[in-house]
Amino acid sequence: MDGIHDLAGVSGFGPVEMEPNEPTFHEPWEALAFGLNILCIGVLRAYNVDEYRHSIERMLPAHYLSASYYERTLTGVASLLVEKGIVTREELENRAGGPFPLAQPAASVVADGRASGEKPRYQVGDTVRVRNIHPAGHTRVPRYVRGVCGEVLHVTPPFSYPDAAAHGLPPRDEPTYHVLFQAEDLWADAAGHRETVVVQLWETYLEEIR
Amino acid sequence: MSHQRHAKQPASIAKRTSALRDALNEKGLLPEGQLDTVLDATLAQFEETMNWRNGAKVVARAWTDPEYRARLLADGTAACAELGFEGPQGEYIVALEDEPELHHVIVCTQCSCTAWPVLGLPPDWYKSPEYRARVAREPRKVLHQMGLDVPETIEIRVWDTTAESRFIVLPLRPPATEGWSEEQLASIVTREAMIGVAMVTLEASAEK
Repeated sequence: MDGIHDLAGVSGFGPVEMEPNEPTFHEPWEALAFGLNILCIGVLRAYNVDEYRHSIERMLPAHYLSASYYERTLTGVASLLVEKGIVTREELENRAGGPFPLAQPAASVVADGRASGEKPRYQVGDTVRVRNIHPAGHTRVPRYVRGVCGEVLHVTPPFSYPDAAAHGLPPRDEPTYHVLFQAEDLWADAAGHRETVVVQLWETYLEEIR
Repeated sequence: MSHQRHAKQPASIAKRTSALRDALNEKGLLPEGQLDTVLDATLAQFEETMNWRNGAKVVARAWTDPEYRARLLADGTAACAELGFEGPQGEYIVALEDEPELHHVIVCTQCSCTAWPVLGLPPDWYKSPEYRARVAREPRKVLHQMGLDVPETIEIRVWDTTAESRFIVLPLRPPATEGWSEEQLASIVTREAMIGVAMVTLEASAEK
């Protein structure tokens, strides 16, 4: 989805604020929210990490931007547990003593992409173009590289295709690549001098240059 | 009238988090008391053993042992595991070596993926919309604002953590550290340097 989470290149944000000697967690609830997610993925196996990422992407944009990192974590975890019928929104709101905002529902998605186990189609040095696609569901191809040409820097191992795994579709591994982009090709007149970006992309996101 | 104006405020985030824990506890998905035990163990792991000081040891070893450096650049996952640093979010670690004319910077623009075994959980600034929105598009400006000036003669290469590679920057070793021990070197390496928003300097160690 072309969601609020896909932030790269969005203008208007202020300076990056750093906190000296920052603790791992600032509040006990942050550690609890983080721990609950690890527990649900690793021990209860209630959902996978792709579903988790997508649950956060489905938060209302205004909520997403106003929430801290761990509030997004908690919202994603709670949304998935409600969607999977493990808890209900009502019981969460009763226990919390007020509204418990959750993510919007996921789109229905059909399987796309390649068969599992195929050999990588591209080699180091190849020029590839990122397909200009706008999937309704989860995807890991950011908007700022879509339609842009880059160079294959490394052929990296096959990994589980997230667009499928986030929607309960049959999991399959697919070749991935580190693709190098020139800033001028990404940002045109706004590009800085001698700047490049590397994005790791699944093969389905790419097409050959004709 | 917007319904938003009259919407009730959400319960506090602390109450929402406790509500979720209590609801899960009541479901009996785990034997009684085990939920809190698992939570405590997980958090102890991150507080005590899985943090960026591991990465500092990797960098110091690479600076002092050319064969280790070569192994790190060829297979970061295996080289980090040699030192005992492995685990979740470290299944495919890629080390990026800075060069005199090439400076690497790491980001995860869509969420906040990080190589946990060597960098630990990322700091808030790394997870902020400001960093995620800006660093791929205007890295030299962002680094300048964060206190690192990279001259225009040097290429800045931003690595967006979109898939399963988890990156760690192998920064330039500061001059004037000839003959330093691995432990001394590890003590001047910072998390920020291994993300690429700072250089390793002798001043940084004096501040700590």
